[in-house]
Amino acid sequence: MTLAPPPSALRRALLLSAAVSVSTAMAQTGPTTNARVLKVAAPWEIGSLDPSKTGYIFTRLEVTETLVDVDASGQLAPGLAVRWAVSPDQKTWRFALRPGAVFHDGSPVTPEAVVRSLQRALAQPGILKNTPVQRIAAVNGEVQIELKQAFTALPAFLAHNSTQVLAPASFAADNSVQAVVGSGPYKVVRVNAPQKLETAAFEGWTGKRPAVQRVEYLATGRGETRGMLAESGQADLVFTHDAVAIERLKRNPRLQFHTLPIPRTLYLKVNAAHPLLKDIKVRQAISLAIDRPGIAQAILREPKAAATQLFSPGMAEWHVPGLQPLVRDPGRARQLLQEAGWVAGADGLLRKDGRPFKLTLRTFSDRPEQPPMATAIQAQLREVGLDVAVAIMNASDIPAGHQDGSLELALVARNYALVPDPIGSLLQDFSPQGGDWGAMGWQSAQVTSALESLSTTNDPARRSRLRGALSTVLQAELPLIPVAWYQHTATHSKRVGNVSIDPLERSYRISQITWGL
Amino acid sequence: MNMGWTLAARQGARLLGQSALVAGAVGVLSFAMTRALPGDAAYRIAAGRYGYDMVDTAAADAVRSELGLDRSAAEQLLAWLGDLAQLRLGQSMVSGDPVLEEIAHQLGHTLQLSVVAWLAAMVLGLLLGTWAALRGTHWSTRWIDPACTVLRASPAFLLGVVLMLGLGVHLDWLPVAGHGEPVHLVLPGLALALTLLPGMTQVVRTRLQQVLRSDAFEFAQTKGLPLPAALWRHAAAPLALGTLAYAGMQLVLLVEGVVVIESLVAWPGIGHALVHAVISRDVPMIQGTALAMGLLFVLLNGVMDAAVQWLDPRLREPAGRSAA
Repeated sequence: MTLAPPPSALRRALLLSAAVSVSTAMAQTGPTTNARVLKVAAPWEIGSLDPSKTGYIFTRLEVTETLVDVDASGQLAPGLAVRWAVSPDQKTWRFALRPGAVFHDGSPVTPEAVVRSLQRALAQPGILKNTPVQRIAAVNGEVQIELKQAFTALPAFLAHNSTQVLAPASFAADNSVQAVVGSGPYKVVRVNAPQKLETAAFEGWTGKRPAVQRVEYLATGRGETRGMLAESGQADLVFTHDAVAIERLKRNPRLQFHTLPIPRTLYLKVNAAHPLLKDIKVRQAISLAIDRPGIAQAILREPKAAATQLFSPGMAEWHVPGLQPLVRDPGRARQLLQEAGWVAGADGLLRKDGRPFKLTLRTFSDRPEQPPMATAIQAQLREVGLDVAVAIMNASDIPAGHQDGSLELALVARNYALVPDPIGSLLQDFSPQGGDWGAMGWQSAQVTSALESLSTTNDPARRSRLRGALSTVLQAELPLIPVAWYQHTATHSKRVGNVSIDPLERSYRISQITWGL
Repeated sequence: MNMGWTLAARQGARLLGQSALVAGAVGVLSFAMTRALPGDAAYRIAAGRYGYDMVDTAAADAVRSELGLDRSAAEQLLAWLGDLAQLRLGQSMVSGDPVLEEIAHQLGHTLQLSVVAWLAAMVLGLLLGTWAALRGTHWSTRWIDPACTVLRASPAFLLGVVLMLGLGVHLDWLPVAGHGEPVHLVLPGLALALTLLPGMTQVVRTRLQQVLRSDAFEFAQTKGLPLPAALWRHAAAPLALGTLAYAGMQLVLLVEGVVVIESLVAWPGIGHALVHAVISRDVPMIQGTALAMGLLFVLLNGVMDAAVQWLDPRLREPAGRSAA
């Protein structure tokens, strides 16, 4: 073995300078610097600047505002509108704007600008189309909305991101959105679609000056990547973690892990008009066959996620504590199926008049826990003799299958907080014709009238009675079979403080975050 | 000189012809393939636009009438081909932005990443292969073959995750994901380079071993030419010729890896865009991205052919003289 010759002075100097320059370059561009830029990672890409498409990113990052906001307890609160009032006939709403509010380009937030944004939202497919809005106009320095009929939930609909208010400068001549000029505490610095968005605190913001001055949002589609961004400390705030990574993230001393129930329920959408599912006993048997705590523990890693009724306890007004909970009882399930005329064959699978009980359960993988959950349900249904095939499809195959009648069973995650009042989703899901994501081939006069009354009455006691009646019917007839209450997960690095997670996913509340270490 | 220009013009014309053929074929094929997919395109596009919480029949119907999806397949295809003939690629059905603009943006990112990965693989492969060939069966080179086999058997996704965990999370040397600064190129570039490295190393090593055993090389050494000079004079050209064609072929492998790595590290490239376009049935984007990739292949093939011609004196020989 020969020894390498000692490096000459020149070589040593070169090596040293190379090492220094590499380490300086790493220090300058490496992930551990940029101490004062808050880095946020979430799965959602910036597909478009249009509020009706991926507008939620701009409201979550507090770039844009809606007329109505929601406070920490989930109650409606002033947003761009400081107050609102409705006429005695409940058909005309007036919204007064926050005095002195300005857009990021310095122009004032006028009723005319608000009207333009709302009229645009009304013309697009979206949430506002589901309201009886007749006319939106600027009247006497306020925004006036006239309805065809009374609709008490209107302010809640005006908290939806598709109704966000943009400055006139945001729109091109053809009314498309060319830039997002909002009125929130942060303004857009750079959009590098579809993944990156940079914002900075807006100097013209009249509210409390936020501690975080610069924000970098990175849309990171893969759960593995988001987990690693959190673990490495390269992102300060990370949303939606894979269930398999949760235990590891919880143990990480540099991270604070959050899990909280959100108003989203994973349920089986049932085609109640299907010959095999028409019988209420069959739907009850399917519900009794499902091991909800097992699924919650093994797949969602959160025992509290097992659903005992459609609405989670987080939806305080809608969750009915006294309701008989949904439980697992395979013996009772078999008995009910037998009563419905189903007899086990030699292979243990059920038959009636020589025909097997065979169905397809559709689901999709936008939320990664759905496919394993569907296969768990498949195995549990097989235990009581039901033969169910699982088909992983695109999310859009659920409403399409509803429409053409081909859908049999589907596992979906329904968001009841599209607008802060779940009535927005329920009116769609339980309309007499059923809903693309809700009931199918099933209707109940009681549910229809309860929903109608709920959208026109303000009396709290009556509203509470109506909600109780609605939940009772749904629990008994099971047009949708609840499986789990969705758990929202997020982590934040301990170098930031005062982080709170919005269960309605409306805002990342960055303006309240403080710098820690 | 004149002869050279004629040759170049002929090559250029051939390249143009190939491009037109590829453009037509890719456009028609990707259109036919998207039509053959099950499910209603209007619902898919609505899901791509508004998110799955918001997709319903009303949104799908609005999309259908806005985009004219109820037109016949032939009508839609003819319209696209007509636009293509005028070099217009249409607009994305999901974002509404011009396809050309989106592709220009994404292609830039993909090219950046691919070039870095490809160059890294070439340089590393050349160094490693040369070293292995010169060392022969020395013990210090015995790890190369098993390492190459392991790398070859590892999908780009796995390599990416391992590097992200090692260099990003544990050592905290490199950003796990993101883009915008030169340092963001290192990790995905390295992951992609590692997918190409084993093939490149083995080709360089085999080719160089052949050259080293050749009579010409042995004679050069016998007459006393030092090794570096002998390598430069007698091995560089045949080595370049032998590896260049292979390096060109590796671009196919590269594209396959790019699709995976881009999604993994949140890189706004064309592979990532293609996956999204397929999911949301965004036909103009699928056609546009496939077209861009197809034309890129034609172009790179052309460049590789030209490089081989330039390097190989036998191919540079004017036709008349070689026939004589």
